[in-house]
Amino acid sequence: MLSQILYAVPFLAQGFAITLWVSLLVVVLSLIAGVLLGVGLVYGPAPLRWAVRIFSDTIRGIPILVLMFFVYYGMPAVGLHLQSFWAAVLALTLFKTAQVVEYVRGAVGSIPKGQSEAAMAIGLTFRQRLTYVIFPQAFRRFLPPWINGVTDAVKGSALVSLLGITDLMQAINQVIGRTYEAMPLYILGALVYFAVNYALSLASRRLERRFSFIRE
Amino acid sequence: MGYALNFNLIWRHFDKLWGGLLLSLELAVISIAIGIVIGLVLAVWYVSAGRTVRAIIAAYVEFIRNVPLILLVYLVFYGLPTVIDIAYSAPTSFVLTLSVYSGAYLVEVFRSGLEAVPRGQLDAGKAIGLTPWQRLLHVRLPTMLRITLPALSNTFISLFKDTSIASVISVPELTYGAQWINFNTFRIVEVYLVTTAMYLVTGYALLFALRLVERRFRAAR
Repeated sequence: MLSQILYAVPFLAQGFAITLWVSLLVVVLSLIAGVLLGVGLVYGPAPLRWAVRIFSDTIRGIPILVLMFFVYYGMPAVGLHLQSFWAAVLALTLFKTAQVVEYVRGAVGSIPKGQSEAAMAIGLTFRQRLTYVIFPQAFRRFLPPWINGVTDAVKGSALVSLLGITDLMQAINQVIGRTYEAMPLYILGALVYFAVNYALSLASRRLERRFSFIRE
Repeated sequence: MGYALNFNLIWRHFDKLWGGLLLSLELAVISIAIGIVIGLVLAVWYVSAGRTVRAIIAAYVEFIRNVPLILLVYLVFYGLPTVIDIAYSAPTSFVLTLSVYSGAYLVEVFRSGLEAVPRGQLDAGKAIGLTPWQRLLHVRLPTMLRITLPALSNTFISLFKDTSIASVISVPELTYGAQWINFNTFRIVEVYLVTTAMYLVTGYALLFALRLVERRFRAAR
């Protein structure tokens, strides 16, 4: 039994690399999109605010699995042809973006209005206000929940296995298909996911403590 | 290349979606009921227990929270029966998984809720001569439940969405119904539009209803 699992380790490692790669792509892309849309939600004109609100509430209201199938199976019907890998990344990114939007809204919204007003009073432009006054303060509130949310991206990446992408989850299932050693392999997989996510949540907790000096 | 929407086939097979939605709700309700029991027992135990028990409960919570739900679903359905002599149907297996899963989240919710019960209430309970058991039952738990009600309804709604994972072990809930129609009729865009709408309407209806309940039972300030 052990030799069979050891034999599969390089294959599982390849799957793990895909898991990390998907997670990284999703985290980076959703960070960019989420911050832009989040700023749009807080400061944008009314139509943009509504659009972002509807986007975020819709995406967060449906299961990530449904979103993924919708993107993957639905896109060819409207003339878009993406590889399953990029369809999965797109779906997971859409989902994560909606979360990042909410983190940004919460973080920026928690900065007292007086800060903005003071910045305006000394004649800073909108962009200067954001860069020098709002963002540095909001960043500390954004970071802990965001890092914590990275664990969701790693966990969510396991769903790409359903589109036939050989990530860690799929690699485990394939090795089980050959060896019938279901329990040891699932436990091994669980421990790998656990190690990554637990490290991330420890980092998040540490940051939170570090920034806990901030008071309203 | 145009794509003409045609919902006829969706309505013809709508029973798959409607029955699926009802099963999704059923799975979520049963799982949260069992999850609440797990969460309550462990949270009450946690706040009064020694270091070892706390470490074990914390390990359970951290393990579940840091592993993908889909892996837990596979582990319980395909893995567990290979090492212990049990047999269960896919829905039972999923309910078991989701209960243990939600239990881990609810331990945290209830534990922080118990800590948020004002000290003065417990002292008052002591002053009127309640036993520790009575203080727990009549003072601590009711107040804690009021405090945790919003978190509890959020957990329920997120569990309702998580039931879509049951489709991977062929439990015929809403997502499974959607996939069935997808593969059998190829009205792909239509079926996912309808399914999305069903999840959204149900989810927000639940949210609205639970907010009303929360307002009714809001903890006194």
